Amino acid sequence: MYGYNGKILRVNLTDGSWKTEELDLEMAKKFIGGRGLGTKMMMDEVDPKVDPLSPENKLFVVTGPMTGNPVATGGRYMVVTKSPLSNTIASSNSGGKWGAELKFSGWDIIAFEGKSEEPVYLSIDDDKVELLSAADLWGTTVSNTTKKLEEKHADGCKVLAIGPGGENLSHIAAIMNDEDRAAGRSGVGAVMGSKNLKAIVVKGSGKPDVPDQDRIKELNKKQLAKIKENGVTGEGLPTYGTAVLVNILNELGSLPTNNFQEAHFDKAEEISGETLADKYLIKRTACYRCPIGCGRYVKSGDWEGGGPEYETLWSFGSDCGISDMDSIIMANYWCNEMGIDTISAGATIAAAIELYQKGYIKDEELDGLKLEFGNGTDIAEWVKRMGYGQGLGAKMAQGSYRLADGYGVPEFSMTVKKLEMPAYDPRGIMGIGLNYATSNRGGCHVRGYTISPEVLGLPEQLDRFDTKAKPTWVKIFQDLTAAIDSLGVCLFTSFALGADDYAEMYNVIAGTDFTGNDILAIGDRIYNIEKQFNLLAGVTPAEDTLPKRLLNDPIPEGPSEGWVNKLDEMLGEYYKERGWGEDGIPTEAKLKELGL
Amino acid sequence: MIKIEVRYFATLRIDDKKKEALEVQEDTSVDTLLGQIGVNLEDVAILLVNGIRTPPEYILKDGDVVSLFPPVGGG
Repeated sequence: MYGYNGKILRVNLTDGSWKTEELDLEMAKKFIGGRGLGTKMMMDEVDPKVDPLSPENKLFVVTGPMTGNPVATGGRYMVVTKSPLSNTIASSNSGGKWGAELKFSGWDIIAFEGKSEEPVYLSIDDDKVELLSAADLWGTTVSNTTKKLEEKHADGCKVLAIGPGGENLSHIAAIMNDEDRAAGRSGVGAVMGSKNLKAIVVKGSGKPDVPDQDRIKELNKKQLAKIKENGVTGEGLPTYGTAVLVNILNELGSLPTNNFQEAHFDKAEEISGETLADKYLIKRTACYRCPIGCGRYVKSGDWEGGGPEYETLWSFGSDCGISDMDSIIMANYWCNEMGIDTISAGATIAAAIELYQKGYIKDEELDGLKLEFGNGTDIAEWVKRMGYGQGLGAKMAQGSYRLADGYGVPEFSMTVKKLEMPAYDPRGIMGIGLNYATSNRGGCHVRGYTISPEVLGLPEQLDRFDTKAKPTWVKIFQDLTAAIDSLGVCLFTSFALGADDYAEMYNVIAGTDFTGNDILAIGDRIYNIEKQFNLLAGVTPAEDTLPKRLLNDPIPEGPSEGWVNKLDEMLGEYYKERGWGEDGIPTEAKLKELGL
Repeated sequence: MIKIEVRYFATLRIDDKKKEALEVQEDTSVDTLLGQIGVNLEDVAILLVNGIRTPPEYILKDGDVVSLFPPVGGG
């Protein structure tokens, strides 16, 4: 079957051995790859009740059938494991060039088991696989690790690594690749750190076989035209990156501010995409085979490098009441160096500021640093302390829920299933609240990005305050996203492409015969197996909710003044849409229908 | 005459003009306003009045804030 190499690299870190396994291609067709296939392997091989940071947890690095293939944005990979932050299934997606290189090396999946006694890294040069000592890399930043490994290994090798955050088991640690691309969410970096695995260097000399060059050329011509003609992927994202959303969400009065106490930030312009483009942007950057190029390469003072995304401008910006762009750029840089998720890091600082303001965190815990809404002076230093696990930073490194819970007030943590919510206040945008509440990894926007219809008007405009149609939309978006995340392409293509386009992509590359509805049905299957994993892990539907602040405290001022999220009007309908019982649990009939 | 404010974003900002206070005739629609300020309706993907999605036929009221965005997105 095309689209896959047909090979799994299974690495036992406990005894240092590795072996090749054949990929079950029939299984691959049922779950596509990436997020879907990784979750299926977790379900088959790991007890969902496993301690996420124990050797018994496994870590799967999974490409999709599009990864490394000649299709637009075909360079994504997924990290699938059990999350130490949320205790749910974790699947974190990343772009850059690393995923495609793994595919070129002849492997589809790396399955890590056990725990190494000493720090190691994995080197892959096609079929030559070695576990090597990482003693001289342990404790170093992501960029230093990357540079050292690039110097040591073959020309053009690509490096994936954790930073001190993952080594020190920060529950919000990311896995980084190509220095500043992140499989960011759910604390996957801590799982890698718990296994004493510092990095994966990969070099591949092959290219996946493709069945029909002419059909691929035709497909690319058609899909690239759609991406170019679409206002968002053809102009908005290339020109301003994701950061352009700052002003939009602020104008709607749904830009979470000061730890979600407010939803409008007077100084939003100073942290906007427009300001980033006018004053800081040097050039845009792109992942493997990406025609969009939403990445920002920026200059701040004497420093230059990868710039902040929308989520980061929000988390360290308005969520902390901070309008100092230079401080945010540096906080973003240190998140990349420490290997820490920028959403969770910024949101945890925001929660810490509120905890300090309300007297829970005491002066003596600050070690002379500032922890104030509106003061960006020390946010980069807080990130470093999270990464190195120093002082109050060590508590913050476990995420806002454990931080706030440690002071007896978990309600100050703006999380769902202990994962920090992103930059859209669900009190002013109903459907995204339902998506947060029902996302299988917790508070996440990219499990079902209903911001598209609710805010951007794509593919059609919905009333953001209305609840009626939202359960249907959330389910469709969640299912389609699960399939896209499994194919190995970027979710941003979905601004321009629909389920039929993804089916065509899969068919042309892999020789399958799927329709758009088939793709959605596979997404449904993936969503349900994730849910099954969570239920078996002990994460019950009682956690399908939002923080009380968002259900009870109306937005105090601005265009969304007076609104709370009306989750109770949507949740039951959503369960019905999913074919689940009123208790939020998939029925036997539904699981049978999906072949689970 | 009524007083309104127009806010421009992203590629709709010309010569770095972020916003302007305007006086327009009563009974002016947003559509008419766009003609007066030289913005093509087809270039506007998100049209907000006081933060709420509004059709171009909407008749402006004193104190309204009109926000104009081209097609943009992110995540």
